[in-house]
Amino acid sequence: MYEIKHAADLAESIRLLVVSAPMVAAKAKAGHFVVVRNGETGERIPLTIADYDREQGTITLVIQSVGKSSSEICELKAGDAFTDVLGPLGHATHIDRVGTVVCVAGGVGVAPVYPIARAFKEAGNKLISVIGARSKDLIFFQTEMEAVSDAVHYTTDDGSYGLHGFVTDAVRNIVDGGEKVSEVVAIGPLPMMRAVADLTRGYGIPTVVSLNALMVDGTGMCGGCRVTVGGETKFSCVDGPDFDGHQVDFAELLRRQNRFGEEEKMAYDRHRKEGHKCRIR
Amino acid sequence: MSDKVKMREQSPAERIRNFNEVPYGYDEREAVQEASRCLGCKKRPCAQGCPVEVDIPDFIARIKAEDFTGAAEVIKRKNSLPAICGRVCPQESQCEALCVLGRKGEPVAIGRLERFVADYEREHRSSDAAVVPAAGNKTKVAVVGSGPAGLTAAADLALMGYEVVLFEALHAPGGVLRYGIPEFRLPKAILDEEVGYIRSLGVDLQYNMLVGATLSIEELFADGYKAVFIGTGAGLPYFLGIPGENLNGVYSANEFLTRVNLMRAYRFPEYDTPVRIGRHVAVVGGGNVAMDAARTALRLGAERVSIVYRRAWEEMPAREEEKHHGREEGIDFKLLNNPVAILGDDKGWVEGMECVRMELGEPDESGRRRPVVIKGSEYVLDVDTVVVAVGQGPNPLLIQSTGGLETNRRGNITADPETMATSIPGVYAGGDIVTGAATVIAAMGAGKIAARNMDAYLKGV
Repeated sequence: MYEIKHAADLAESIRLLVVSAPMVAAKAKAGHFVVVRNGETGERIPLTIADYDREQGTITLVIQSVGKSSSEICELKAGDAFTDVLGPLGHATHIDRVGTVVCVAGGVGVAPVYPIARAFKEAGNKLISVIGARSKDLIFFQTEMEAVSDAVHYTTDDGSYGLHGFVTDAVRNIVDGGEKVSEVVAIGPLPMMRAVADLTRGYGIPTVVSLNALMVDGTGMCGGCRVTVGGETKFSCVDGPDFDGHQVDFAELLRRQNRFGEEEKMAYDRHRKEGHKCRIR
Repeated sequence: MSDKVKMREQSPAERIRNFNEVPYGYDEREAVQEASRCLGCKKRPCAQGCPVEVDIPDFIARIKAEDFTGAAEVIKRKNSLPAICGRVCPQESQCEALCVLGRKGEPVAIGRLERFVADYEREHRSSDAAVVPAAGNKTKVAVVGSGPAGLTAAADLALMGYEVVLFEALHAPGGVLRYGIPEFRLPKAILDEEVGYIRSLGVDLQYNMLVGATLSIEELFADGYKAVFIGTGAGLPYFLGIPGENLNGVYSANEFLTRVNLMRAYRFPEYDTPVRIGRHVAVVGGGNVAMDAARTALRLGAERVSIVYRRAWEEMPAREEEKHHGREEGIDFKLLNNPVAILGDDKGWVEGMECVRMELGEPDESGRRRPVVIKGSEYVLDVDTVVVAVGQGPNPLLIQSTGGLETNRRGNITADPETMATSIPGVYAGGDIVTGAATVIAAMGAGKIAARNMDAYLKGV
């Protein structure tokens, strides 16, 4: 069992879990992910590692509650445990000294962006971060990101904090403002990553995206996470999760992510009904 | 000469509505009757056909004498997974193919007898293990992958007295026996029992250990392991390389079967992992995996399941029994048919598969007649789910992370067929990771040979 050492709410429906997994923590690098399973009837769920502490033997995971499995994980408390944690999986993010790097995080994507931003900063790059959310109260990891960034730009969809607009607006401002950007890393919802990639393609700035595709095993065995990159089929678990954002077929991936949409909705509705019953009792 | 004793089984109409095992197995009377057909011949050709060297005539003689526990002991001296072998081994091309009775009639049903003995022993087991491990020698050895090769190597090494740690990447043991072979062919409870037996020999089974990511072969040696066996199987699914393969509704057989078998999607939503079946399922391929996928789809409620295979019935590599069961259950065999494209609707879901008809031409390098496209034979098969079961290759993850491990052109680990030794001293490999996708029993045979040679290597060190 993989005990949860610490749990906290970061924002509405977003939970941070510090999990004991010494062997994973020992090897984890920015960009790696794990597959977790919560309970004997649970799914195998890929989650990007948001941080790690080799001495304590822990990894940090950030989960947004969007369906049955994720909401059950968000209910976990310190002292609870995951049934399984497998990792570190995937290729670590390629970190190099390239000059100026812009790390773009959308929503819960700030969690996986954080160790990457830190690694780029430690490698000697100028690090500019862009953090976007629907509104101010959904922004988290502010202190962490500011500590590793030369500058942080915030955007909110409703204008409650920072720039009223999308992360693409902030990236455009940065580049148009004369900043010579060598690389962009974008992690967040698929439409956001696509929008960033479309923008930077015009500027000719290399852009890495991290894909958290639906998968079962996470080791290259099922092929469920396949994604078309530059016209070739790749498995995001073992060939990724990082890919050249300009080459990813986002339209296909968006469709594929909805492969079990009906089943997920059914399970979630059923879960919420049962949850209601529990409270009456 | 009498015919072999028939094995009772669920009727096709009944069994396509459940995931229970198809055959019921022999009872004691049937087993003794079948065992009595064995001539007990001196030359013992059957035993030479067994990759794990089971003393077949000896265990059959014990059945004849109604000493079923004694029969189990004879088997378990050589084979730690008899209930599995009795169910999934292709006996017809191994031990039974060499039985002298087979020259004039039906060979002794060795597989069914093995199954009977294993089931009897499991149900009547006393607290004493059938076979006792040798005294411990405190030498640590690692086995990577808990499929049939790894389980066998681990069991044999434990019996020799080694301290064995068995590393499994998934959250449950068995490899392909767990994620690939369906419940109706190999009940998970039986797999659990056999794995439990291997653990009772002292094997320490550790899950969520992806060697190549969580830890490396190099680190295993640094941690004090003196030898390593790699049995990581053929886990990387091949696709067809035709348009439309990434449409929603297209699965690799690995994904489809893993969802159902390992993750128990057939009990969704009680279990969280879903699987979508659709109304008409096409399974592309003609091997045992294709047959497993097709029969699984049928049980999950598909209205029609078609096997699409480019050669003819005789060339299908699946076991006769599986083909026969599939036909009885109403699988539609589209033989001499080959898919050329999968067609999707405007939302990206499968709505058909374009196929061509084939005819058999001259034999190819495999000796099978080469299928040739019949010009102008294109047509669209009405399907909404496609399962691609055209084979699996070696997973490169462990190999890439292990410096100095030699592989062949196809990416399989190179191992000496006599010893299973790889290019790295102390590292052995066997099963599908060496041979490419083959049978459970071939993998077990390799695990056995490796264990014996690891022992020799360790004693020589």
